[in-house]
This record gives sequence, structure tokens and C-alpha cells, in this order.
Amino acid sequence: MARKITYQQAINEALDQEMSRDQNVIVMGEDVAGGSGAPGEQDAWGGVLGVTRGLYAKHPGRVIDTPISESGYVGAAIGAACCGMRPVAELMFVDFLGVCFDQIFNQAAKFRYMFGGKAETPVVIRAMYGAGFRAAAQHSQCLYNIFTHIPGLKVVVPSNPYDAKGLLIQSIRDNDPVIFLEHKALYTMEGEVPEELYTVPFGEAAVVREGHDVTIVAIGRMVLKAQEAAADLQKQGIHCEIIDPRTTSPLDTDTILESVEKTGRLVVVDESHPRCSMASDIAGLVAEKAFDSLKAPIRQVTGFHSPVPFSDALEELYIPSAAKIVAAVKSVKEYK
Amino acid sequence: MTKKLTRDDLLTAYRTMRTIREFEERLHTDFATGEIPGFVHLYAGEEASATGVCMNLTKDDHIASTHRGHGHCIAKGVDPVGMMAEIWGRKTGTCKGKGGSMHIADLSVGMLGANGIVGGGGPLVCGTALAAKLRGTRNVSVCFFGDGASNQGTIFEAMNLASVWNLPVIFLAENNGYAEATSYNYSVACDTIADRASAFGMPGITVDGFDFFAVHEAAGEAIERARNGGGPSLVEVKLSRYYGHFEGDQQTYRAPGEVQNIRDTKDCLLQFSRRVTASGELTQAELDAIDAEVKALIDGSVVKAKSDPKPTEADLLTDVYVSY
Repeated sequence: MARKITYQQAINEALDQEMSRDQNVIVMGEDVAGGSGAPGEQDAWGGVLGVTRGLYAKHPGRVIDTPISESGYVGAAIGAACCGMRPVAELMFVDFLGVCFDQIFNQAAKFRYMFGGKAETPVVIRAMYGAGFRAAAQHSQCLYNIFTHIPGLKVVVPSNPYDAKGLLIQSIRDNDPVIFLEHKALYTMEGEVPEELYTVPFGEAAVVREGHDVTIVAIGRMVLKAQEAAADLQKQGIHCEIIDPRTTSPLDTDTILESVEKTGRLVVVDESHPRCSMASDIAGLVAEKAFDSLKAPIRQVTGFHSPVPFSDALEELYIPSAAKIVAAVKSVKEYK
Repeated sequence: MTKKLTRDDLLTAYRTMRTIREFEERLHTDFATGEIPGFVHLYAGEEASATGVCMNLTKDDHIASTHRGHGHCIAKGVDPVGMMAEIWGRKTGTCKGKGGSMHIADLSVGMLGANGIVGGGGPLVCGTALAAKLRGTRNVSVCFFGDGASNQGTIFEAMNLASVWNLPVIFLAENNGYAEATSYNYSVACDTIADRASAFGMPGITVDGFDFFAVHEAAGEAIERARNGGGPSLVEVKLSRYYGHFEGDQQTYRAPGEVQNIRDTKDCLLQFSRRVTASGELTQAELDAIDAEVKALIDGSVVKAKSDPKPTEADLLTDVYVSY
């Protein structure tokens, strides 16, 4: 039965239910319980923003606080996955990728190929991403594009509570390494989520809104901004189709191409930096595969080629806004 | 106390060390012809370490290895014939020709892979050891790493993690004196790598890596302690590699005569043979018979590798994912 819960609760519920279903699922990371070895409360934090709160008591011994050693414990999760565990390692902020990337891209991602198909590494690495919290340059990046670049990894970017639960359950059950990215600004978002276990398959985009004028492909939190823009544009008589890829690897190219073949116009919205981004990747895909369908140049609405700034005055300029999406859509709609 | 070595154990030890030596000497010879592709890092000279350690392990124990990993593979039970085919880039190789010398792995015998990243294995064995601990098995995990990797943060993180979680891990430092071309005396900021154990709250010991018996005993004690819930240990094995960092390295950074002197006076196979024949435990004829069998095995592996098929275009994109 569905009821309304938040994105954060949906993630917690997926972890909880999967841990109950399969004893091989363990959760590890910095303060995923919080309080280990300390004189006060155990499970004091349940993750830095409380996403894993309550799991510690429900699953004794399987919610494991780690030292602040990202290479150490992310690598340990990968090693445990190699012998049949299904670890979910929390990398807190995706920006901390910089201190454990080797374990992810040289070890986990490559084992299956390097070992001639004889390894499975069913690890999930969860991390928060995204700007909007005045968290500045080292706690606000997106970086899904970096993982998407690496063969062997799957990359998940849920934009709502329903997908968050279904995609996380799929991630845990999946037999390949999965990077599961949670936008901080979505944690409080409410939505209908079934109580029972279900999966959302990888590589299947959601057509969030149907329309015939312009295709908007938006990633993660940007789906919400695109919806805001589309509602505004609807009033102006422009009908947008919004596609949420849900996973950037694998990427559902068919749904994107079919939509562009219908609308002839594409705007890609990606909070990340513009160079070598999901926006440029999807724009390149469409330019190559659906060129004949295009009635206007492709437009990309992205962050800038700068670190994410701290001051609210600057950060709000950095993050793609609904107004920028509206302007981009109008420019391609009006292109002659 | 580790169990006494039987006659069969001694034969196994000699056969393993000889197989590694023959495998590596043959690669050294064949590499010079230009036929072997890529980077090859030979383990010749260090055989007592892999053998002494792995004879204390079962198939269900795990090891992580280094880019100098052929010896660890053979000692852990990976098939040398498949390994040779792998190094020659053949479809019949251990990893279907997709890994090569630096990535030979066989999870079916607990071999987590040679590793092209220096220090890459430390965190991984914390994971296999954590799995063993959570499941209540008595399995242990060994991380082989070199003096170069001893300076990597991954190794420090892994030693701390293993100690914090009281994991059944043995950090097995193979100190051959050179991180590529840079001396241990320059790059390691303490007298011995084993000294670092105390910083992570675990026992540390340095042993003579030319002496199979010393390695077997020291590693055996650490492994037994780990099996019994006593947590991780650091074992530093001091030894020498006979060839360069990679094949083609002229080793001009080493002292003239350094390697030859070690070969003549300390070689692990030489010492082992003298000891077991002097004690009467094995005869020279038995050792000679093993030498002949091993030579035939390695000769055969090269003949097979040379004639085996290479992977084809159909193999290029398989094995990237389980499903995609």
C-alpha cells in the first residue's frame, strides 16, 4: 500500500527491508550509526543527515561505523562484495570520491573484465550530491558524470521518493557495482511510496511529462526544476516532454531519441559543470543519432565551469534555475 | 605453535618454489625475444615468501597480491598453464586474455588478483576478512604488499581498519629493498616496516625472506592468531628480487654484483635444498625429479600458450558487467 513518505525515509526503508530480506546486506560508513565507542548514545546520528537512523538497532552487527578512511572502508566493501556479501557503503558526500576513487574505478569497476568474467562485485556506494546548501566547493558537486564515464559501474540518480526506494532495492540486488547518488535537496521531498518491496529497473527512463514541442532531459534534482519550467511554459502554450533517465549508466537512449524524433527539439538540464558532462553526453548522442529530426540547435542548461560557490548570492546563480530552463526552451522553440 | 612440516609438506614447498622460479626464469628468457606483450614484473628470488605464507592457507582463505604477483598466484593454487596463456594474451588464459600479468586472479582459489595499483589490496582484504568475521568462518585474508606500498595511505588505512574491527588479516610486507628504482633506505621513514605495526595496535615481526622455514613459521603464527580471533598482524619479509622492477629494467641503481652475490649465498631454493638434504628429510634425487617435472610443466605451458588462440572481436565487450 502506498502512502506519502520522504525521499530520505524511502532510502531508509529500502535499506531496512533489504537488510531484513538478505543477511548478506550490510551498511557501512562514517557515522552510519554514530556513537560507536563513545560514552553516550549509540545510533546517535544514523548518518550525518539521519538517513540510516534506526537501522543499527534493527540489524545488530550489520550497521557498521567506520573510521574516516574512505579508501579503507570503500575498498573493504568491495572486497566483501567479492566474496558474496552485499555491502552498502556510504561515502557521505560524493565530493569525497577524491580520497577513494582508486578502489572504485580501478578495483570494483574493472574486476569482472580483468578477471575474465569470473568475478561479481555487488557493492552499492551511496553518496549525497548537489548544490543548494551553502556547503561550498567540496561538499556540493554532482560528479555522476565521472562515474558514468567508467565502464563497469552503474550510476543511479533518483529524482523522487518512489524511484529512490525502487532503485535502491534494485541497486542492492544488482550483481554489478552501483553508485547510488542522493541529492541533498530532495531528502525532504514527499511522494507516494509503496510499503512493500519493489524494484525500478536500471536503464529505463521515466517520461515525467508528455509534450510535443520540446524534449527536456533532466538529471536528478533538475527534474523538479524542469517540471517547474514546464508548468510555466504550458501557460505560454509550449508543451514540454520531460525525461528523467533515472540511471546515467546504463542510459536509456531509446526513450530520449524517440522523444526528440517526436519534438525535434532538445534541452538538457544538468546541475553539474558543463564540460564532459551528462548534458554534453546526451547532446552528443542526439546530435549523432537524431540529427535529421532536429529543428533547432540543442541547448544545455548547466552549472558553470567553476567550483560551486559558497555565498548564497553566487550559489543561486550557479544552480540551473527554472527561469533559465524556460529561456532555453523558448529559444529552441522560436529558433528559425 | 605451527604444526611441524611433514615430508609431503617439504616436497610441496620445494615444488611450489621451483615452479615459481621456473615460471619466472622462463618468462625472463621469453620476454627478451619480444614476443610477450606488456609489462611483466618477475618474482624470482622471492619464492620463499609466497610459498611459506600460502602453505598456511586453505582455498577458502583470501590473498590480495601486487603487480609482482605470479608467485602469489602459483602458491595460492592458480593453474600455471592458464597463467602462462594469460601472460601471452590468449583466450585460454586464467582471465581470457583480458587481464594479463598484472591482473591474474582466480577467486575460486581465494586469489583476489594481482593488482596494478600499488597498495590497492589492503582495503580489499579488510572486506574479505570482514565477511569471514560476520559469517563466523575461521578464514583469514593476507595482503601481500611491497616496501613501496608500505608508504601508501591505503595500507595505513587498511591496517587501522583491520585493527579497529579486529579482523583476521595478515599484512605481509615483502621488502625487496626497492620501490621501482628507489631504495627502501630512502623512502621508508623507519628502520623496519614491521615497526609500523605498533602504530596500529598489532604485532609486527621482521623475518628472513630467503628462509622458507622462517617465513612459514612467522606467517603461520600470525595466521593462526588471526584464525583464533586474535586480530591482524604485520609480517615483514626481507628478500630480494633477481630481476628488474619490470622486464627490461637494467637495474643500474643496484650495486655491481649485488644480485649475483645474493643468488650465490642466500637463494631460497639453494638454502632449502641444502637443509632438507643435509637433514636427510629429502634426497637430491627427489628434488631433481621435481625439477624435471616442473620444467616439463612450464615448457608445456609455453608451447600451449604460443599455439592457443587469442581473443577475438566477439570478446571485446563481454564481461564488462554481469548484466547491462
